Amino acid sequence: MHPFSYTRATDTRQALHAGRDGGRYIAGGTTLVDLMRETVERPRTLVDISALPLREIMVTRRGGLRIGALVRMSEAAAHRGVRALYPVISQALELSASAQLRNMATIGGNIMQRTRCTYFRDVTAACNKREPGSGCAALHGVNRTHAILGTSDDCVATHPSDVAVAFAALEASVHLMGADGERTVPFADFLLKPGSTPNREQALRPGELITAVELPALPRPLRSGYLKVRDRQSYEFALTSAAVALHIRHGVIREAKVAAGGVGTVPWKLTAVERQLIGRRPSDALWTKAAEHAADGARPLQHNRFKVELLKRTVERQLRIVGGGK
Amino acid sequence: MSIEPPESTVSPSEGYSEGYSEGSSSAPSRRTFIATTAVGSAVVAGGLIGGPSVFGVEPADAATQAPPTSSVSVTVNGERRTVTVDNRTSLLDLLRERMGLTGSKKGCNAGACGACTVLVDGQRVNSCLTLAVRLDGAEVTTIEGLAKGERLHPLQQAFIDQDAFQCGFCTSGQIMSGVGCIKEGHTGSPEEIREFMSGNICRCGCYVKIVRAVEQTAHGK
Ligand SMILES: Cc1cc2nc3c(=O)[nH]c(=O)nc-3n(C[C@H](O)[C@H](O)[C@H](O)COP(=O)(O)OP(=O)(O)OC[C@H]3O[C@@H](n4cnc5c(N)ncnc54)[C@H](O)[C@@H]3O)c2cc1C
Ligand code: SF4
Ligand code: FES
Ligand code: FES
Repeated sequence: MHPFSYTRATDTRQALHAGRDGGRYIAGGTTLVDLMRETVERPRTLVDISALPLREIMVTRRGGLRIGALVRMSEAAAHRGVRALYPVISQALELSASAQLRNMATIGGNIMQRTRCTYFRDVTAACNKREPGSGCAALHGVNRTHAILGTSDDCVATHPSDVAVAFAALEASVHLMGADGERTVPFADFLLKPGSTPNREQALRPGELITAVELPALPRPLRSGYLKVRDRQSYEFALTSAAVALHIRHGVIREAKVAAGGVGTVPWKLTAVERQLIGRRPSDALWTKAAEHAADGARPLQHNRFKVELLKRTVERQLRIVGGGK
Repeated sequence: MSIEPPESTVSPSEGYSEGYSEGSSSAPSRRTFIATTAVGSAVVAGGLIGGPSVFGVEPADAATQAPPTSSVSVTVNGERRTVTVDNRTSLLDLLRERMGLTGSKKGCNAGACGACTVLVDGQRVNSCLTLAVRLDGAEVTTIEGLAKGERLHPLQQAFIDQDAFQCGFCTSGQIMSGVGCIKEGHTGSPEEIREFMSGNICRCGCYVKIVRAVEQTAHGK
């Protein structure tokens, strides 16, 4: 680990000041400390933001939910409002990492977490994300866990977050604060596909601070849930996952929000699947037909071809679990 | 087990603000031997001022500057201590290398095994991913602080009753995690215990008995 100086911000203005001067924010530290130890991350100054007042979960005026950036994953998962309004979020959180890590890790840090591509973590390997222009060892390497959607020739790494998949499905937005004021970015625009600049991962400006993630009000009743498929039953990242939310009235699907994880360079919103569902009646045949579109546009690599079929089945199963049918 | 050296550039005998020595025996223990070896090899590799580095990976200018340190007051098992730490020091290394509390284990040093689990302000966390410098004012409980005198914590007793370990390497982490799990109320069923204890890997595969020990403590079964 490289040496660094450490400051603890007591208020937001102080944090932004330190951030503008090149300081790196640290929240739970579960991504950052790990990668600093691997010397993948080498901040010279850490700005501890854990004392900032960003730890509230509030119902918004429009009936959505606003989750402060410093709310711990365990707190968000256990929160009654979250559990009642968006089970897909509490489930995605409870299926993430471990109880210890969830006690440390924050919502803001979670959506900022970096890929688990093993070449990215290995400073001796070629990796455009870590070292722009050095190449991508995964493209023709061991790429079983890598992405099949949203990839480029420069990077094929997945975004590893589970709750981000739920945020993408529900069309959340991210509240940001910078030296020149506040702004809100749709979740879909917050995480960036690699393109030719895989080192750029978020639409954050230098020194900008995430203050909250906001979930829009959705028509009720809303059934939702998260399914995660992995190499072992717990404490493991997703091979594939599906976040599904459905609003069904008078036997007809009026709203469908679907996204997939473990397969995209960013959480993958499945608009083609959603389109198949809206205006139709729930049935096993419908789930199968809609899920056929889950992997539209997929570009599998040598070792992850299995993800194409697995993704369709994951989405089909989760549509059935949430929407009903046998 | 990780063979990585601890991330502290202050040698075990330096930097205490209170009289406190690591182990009373004058013969070198396995631990002091390892610590001495790690520090010793770094002296050869780096020869840095202000405490030898165990890494040799610092940018060039760091070779002329002492790595930044901070003073931290932290209560460990009820005892308040003020220590000066290299900012890079993890809570795990602070406990093991500086305070002589070697009950917490270093399995992966990356959040992936749970052997280092301790309570910080009553919550179970991975001490390997916790920077000591951030703990000013915090309360830490380790496996060494669980028993009340000679009386074991009920979960410690349950691990013995249920025979919930073999080699014992994961056990202190399992017990600290179990204390957290019970406190959080995630003991509704064996399945729930399994899921909420999944952050602790046991290479010996004692999972069934570990679940029973947590059940015994939570429900008196
Ligand atoms: C063994 C292991 C298993 C895991 N398994 C899973 C899993 O199954 N599913 C899953 O989703 N995740 C998993 N994780 C990842 C974990 O959820 C993330 O590490 C965690 O959510 C990061 O949050 P943090 O608060 O610790 O972030 P930090 O490490 O503190 O920060 C991460 C990054 O975000 C930046 N940052 C943090 N907060 C802000 C803010 N408010 N504004 C701007 N920038 C900010 C930091 O500067 C840093 O770059 C796992 C991690 C480990 C170690
Ligand atoms: S997939 Fe992306 S992160 Fe992995 S080696 Fe290639 S460039 Fe690096
Ligand atoms: S040592 Fe493995 S989780 Fe900390
Ligand atoms: S008892 Fe040996 S690792 Fe758990």
